Amino acid sequence: MAAMIETKKLEYTYPSVEEDGKATVALRGVNLSIEAGSFVVVLGHNGSGKSTLAKTFNAVALPSGGSVYVEGMDTKDETLLLAIRQRVGMVFQNPDNQIVANVVEEDVAFAPENLGVPTEEIRRRVDEALDAVGMGEFVRHAPHLLSGGQKQRIAIAGVIAMEPKCIVLDEATAMLDPIGREEVLSTVHRLNREKGITVVLITHHMNEAEDADRVIVMDDGLVAMDGAPQAVFSHVEELRSMGLTVPDTVALAYELGLDGLNVPLTALGVEECADAVAAALSK
Amino acid sequence: MLKDITLGQYFPGDTPAHRLDPRTKILLVIFYIVALFCAKSVVTYGIMILTLLVCVQISKVKAGALFRGLKPVVFIIIFTAVLNLFFTPGNYLFQWGPLHISDAGVRMAVSMVLRIMLLITGTFLMTYTTSPIRLTDGLESLLNPLKRLHVPVHELAMMMSIALRFIPTLIEETDKIMSAQKARGADFESGNLFRKAKALIPILVPLFISAFRRADELAVAMECRCYHGGEGRTKLHVLKFATRDWVALVCGTAIMVGVIVLRQFGM
Ligand SMILES: Nc1ncnc2c1ncn2[C@@H]1O[C@H](COP(=O)(O)OP(=O)(O)O)[C@@H](O)[C@H]1O
Ligand SMILES: [Mg+2]
Repeated sequence: MAAMIETKKLEYTYPSVEEDGKATVALRGVNLSIEAGSFVVVLGHNGSGKSTLAKTFNAVALPSGGSVYVEGMDTKDETLLLAIRQRVGMVFQNPDNQIVANVVEEDVAFAPENLGVPTEEIRRRVDEALDAVGMGEFVRHAPHLLSGGQKQRIAIAGVIAMEPKCIVLDEATAMLDPIGREEVLSTVHRLNREKGITVVLITHHMNEAEDADRVIVMDDGLVAMDGAPQAVFSHVEELRSMGLTVPDTVALAYELGLDGLNVPLTALGVEECADAVAAALSK
Repeated sequence: MLKDITLGQYFPGDTPAHRLDPRTKILLVIFYIVALFCAKSVVTYGIMILTLLVCVQISKVKAGALFRGLKPVVFIIIFTAVLNLFFTPGNYLFQWGPLHISDAGVRMAVSMVLRIMLLITGTFLMTYTTSPIRLTDGLESLLNPLKRLHVPVHELAMMMSIALRFIPTLIEETDKIMSAQKARGADFESGNLFRKAKALIPILVPLFISAFRRADELAVAMECRCYHGGEGRTKLHVLKFATRDWVALVCGTAIMVGVIVLRQFGM
């Protein structure tokens, strides 16, 4: 399959902020290829370079070394800037700081307005986007009166209205309560399934990675692990040494393994894990 | 307490006043203010009050909401009234030591108070019936000719609408910071004015820091949504003059001209 986003020896250095003149190297040579239509979860402890990586995906940050290609378009090419940003939408952590307007429909219309989409077409896109995130009845509401999960779904609708090929969510669930998180997750999963939108989900919550096609673990500006969730999470010690936890199910299987009960580490779901433990016990 | 601020508040509705083009409403408010400052007799003030009452009736805004809008300026109104009442020379109606009330003073006080109240309720009536986005759209469109003089009209309108968008967010945040500081024993109520002002510093500093962070994040989020200035932008809601706008403008102009003419005749 074609690559939605491809990075080649991607490096990124933040210029020094303080007097001492020491620049922060956030990415040190990342090679990735994200397939169109896939659901990718990116994990990594604070400061491992996840947000920086995300920002290079839609030319908000330009590589200091190497390159990033979005559907084959080089992000360094200024003439392609809008085409790239229209293809790769971005949702951030704090919903309050990415909502532009004080009426829901006006906010969702912001991106198509910027792209110069004709008025009737904007109307259609706004209604479709709001329906796609299940917020159709809130067209004329004031965003600041909505719950966190609802605000974040509005932010997602604002991105979908660009009709992007890919959505990057940078810890978009971090500030939400469990209900809001579930709303956002089921929304992006549905978009991925039904509209074939590529999803890159950056998160701290390990259990959000269970249903992913692929998990990428970042550490110190490099890709430390990359593979199917089962494969990545079975490296319990390695993950813990990078300051990450593993899903509770894997942790349980791992602890049981240390005590001599052989449960496979690949059972991620709760049901699956329960079955695996039962099977191991009845042996 | 901060929730009482009604500045720029909008009450959604579907009355003819809500449906008017924002440009019409801005122009009407300008006409209204001009007329108000020309009014100086019982007749002309009567016309202004009547105009406002009719507009209130059409917009179906609750009287309570209008009076709440006056609350922040009650002090100014009382101050103006007292000042005019006691310090205007004329035929004394009443004298008590150095204090005196003249007939001209009473007239001045009443007309000043009326003028301030009419001015504020009239302008608020516009913000109550127009969503901030439409208001800034209207301003942008009215000021569009200034673009030729290199006035950054789009940028100013965008700044204004974002400022309006963040008012509730920042008010909420101020409330939170105040509660947090109170929980740490901060005291905002007692002491003289100077001490009270000093007590605000622990609120303003975190508020400013967070506002800058928000601005930074918002700028990135806007760029991610392909914002690149006003060039080539289209609109979800295109402003269109309808028949009712022409009718409203004709009525507004008639009232303004009427008041000015009456003034020329000394009324
Ligand atoms: N605006 C910035 N200026 C300077 N350094 C930064 C900036 N943003 C991030 N960094 C640094 O870059 C590194 C990677 O940060 P980031 O990509 O935000 O990581 P993550 O999102 O995984 O927490 C960190 O060491 C961080 O301190
Ligand atoms: Mg981050």
